[in-house]
Amino acid sequence: MSSFLSWIHVHQEYIYIVILMIFLGIEIIGRVPSVLHTPLMSGANAIHGVVIIGAIIVMGKAETDNYTALVLGFLAVILGTLNVVGGFVVTDRMLEMFKKKK
Amino acid sequence: MEINLLTVIYLLASVKFIIGLKMLSNPAAARKGNLVAAAGMSVAILGTIFLYKDEEGNSLHNYSWIFAAIIIGAVAGTMAAKKVKMTAMPEMVSVFNGMGGACAALISIVEFNHLFGTNYGFIKCPDCAARLHAHNFYLLEFIIIFAGLIIGSVSFAGSMIAWGKLNGKVKDRSFKNQHLFNMLLLLAILALSVYNVGFELRSMSLFNFAGALFYLTLFLSLLYGIFFVLPIGGADMPVVISLLNSFTGVAAACGGFLYDNKVMLTGGILVGAAGTLLTILMCKAMNRSLKNVLIGNFGGAATIAAQAG
Repeated sequence: MSSFLSWIHVHQEYIYIVILMIFLGIEIIGRVPSVLHTPLMSGANAIHGVVIIGAIIVMGKAETDNYTALVLGFLAVILGTLNVVGGFVVTDRMLEMFKKKK
Repeated sequence: MEINLLTVIYLLASVKFIIGLKMLSNPAAARKGNLVAAAGMSVAILGTIFLYKDEEGNSLHNYSWIFAAIIIGAVAGTMAAKKVKMTAMPEMVSVFNGMGGACAALISIVEFNHLFGTNYGFIKCPDCAARLHAHNFYLLEFIIIFAGLIIGSVSFAGSMIAWGKLNGKVKDRSFKNQHLFNMLLLLAILALSVYNVGFELRSMSLFNFAGALFYLTLFLSLLYGIFFVLPIGGADMPVVISLLNSFTGVAAACGGFLYDNKVMLTGGILVGAAGTLLTILMCKAMNRSLKNVLIGNFGGAATIAAQAG
C-alpha cells in the first residue's frame, strides 16, 4: 500500500498531465460539426505521429554496432515520418476540398 | 542551456497541438488549425534531433541514419498523400494510422531488448538482475513497454485490415463464436503480459524465456488486431479507424512515459481522449451505438440490412 502511494507521489506530474489531457481532449472537440468528423480524425491521426520523437531517440541512442536496434529504429523513424507528413498533407487536402465545395 | 531550450520547445509544441486540434473542430479555422499543429510537430522534431540529451548528458548520434529515414518517410508520405484520390482518403488515413502504431510497437521492441540486454531472443543474460535493480522504476517501464507493444500492434494490424476493407481487397469475414475467440485472445495477451511483467517479482530464473514470451505477445496482439476488425462491416470502417486512431494515441503516450517526454505524453493522451469522443460522435451521427458497430454484425448483418431496406 505504502509503495503504491509513494509511486503516485513520485509520478504525480504524469498523473496530472494524463487526467487534464483527457478532459481537455474531450472538451475541445466536443462541439465539432459532423462534416468535420473525417478531417478531424485525420488531423488527430497526424498529431499522434509525435511517436516519431520516441523513434528518433531510439535511433540516436543506439550503439553504432548494434545493427538490429539500428535497423528497427530506422524503420520506426520512416514509419513515424510517414504518419506525420502523410497525415498533415492528407488533412490539408481534405480541408481544401471542403472549402471549394462551399 | 540546450536541454532547457528543448523543454520550452516541447511546451510550445504541446500548446500548438491543443490549439490546432481546437481549430480543426471549427469549419472556418480548420485548415489553419492543421498548419498550426504541423508547425508544432516540426518544431518538436527538429528540437529533439538537435537538442536532446539523455540522463548522462550525451547528445544523439547516428545523424545520417536519422536524416535518411526522415527523408525517405517524408518523400513517400507526401507522394502517397498527394496522389491518393479524394474518395480514397479514409483508407489513406488508416494506412498512416497503422504506420504510427507500428512505430510505437517497434520502439517497444527496441527498448525491451535494451532493458534486458538480450540479443533479440533466448540468449541468457547473467547480469540481468543487477541491471534491473539499478533501474529504480523498472517495473513501471516494463509495464509501459508491454502496453506500447500491445496497443501499437493491435492498431497496426487493425488499420491494415481496415485499409484492405475500404479498397475492397478484404471481405467481411466472421465465424461462429468469434466473440468468444476474440475475448479469449485478449485474455491470453493480458495473461502473458502479467506473467512476463511478474518476472521481476519472482525469481530471475525464468529470464531465458522472457524474449520468447515477448514475441509471442507481439504475435497474438497482431492476430487480435486482425480478428477485431475482420467481422466489422465495411461501411463502419471510418468509426473503426477513428477508434484505432485513439489507440495509437495511447500507444504514443506510452512512449512519452518511457522517455520522460512530455510532448509525446500530451499529444498522445490528447489524441486518445479526443479520438475516443470522436468515435462516439461518429457513431451518433450514424444513429448507432459504438457497441452496435463493433459487435452488431456478428450474424446480424442480414437483420441490419433488412432494417435499412
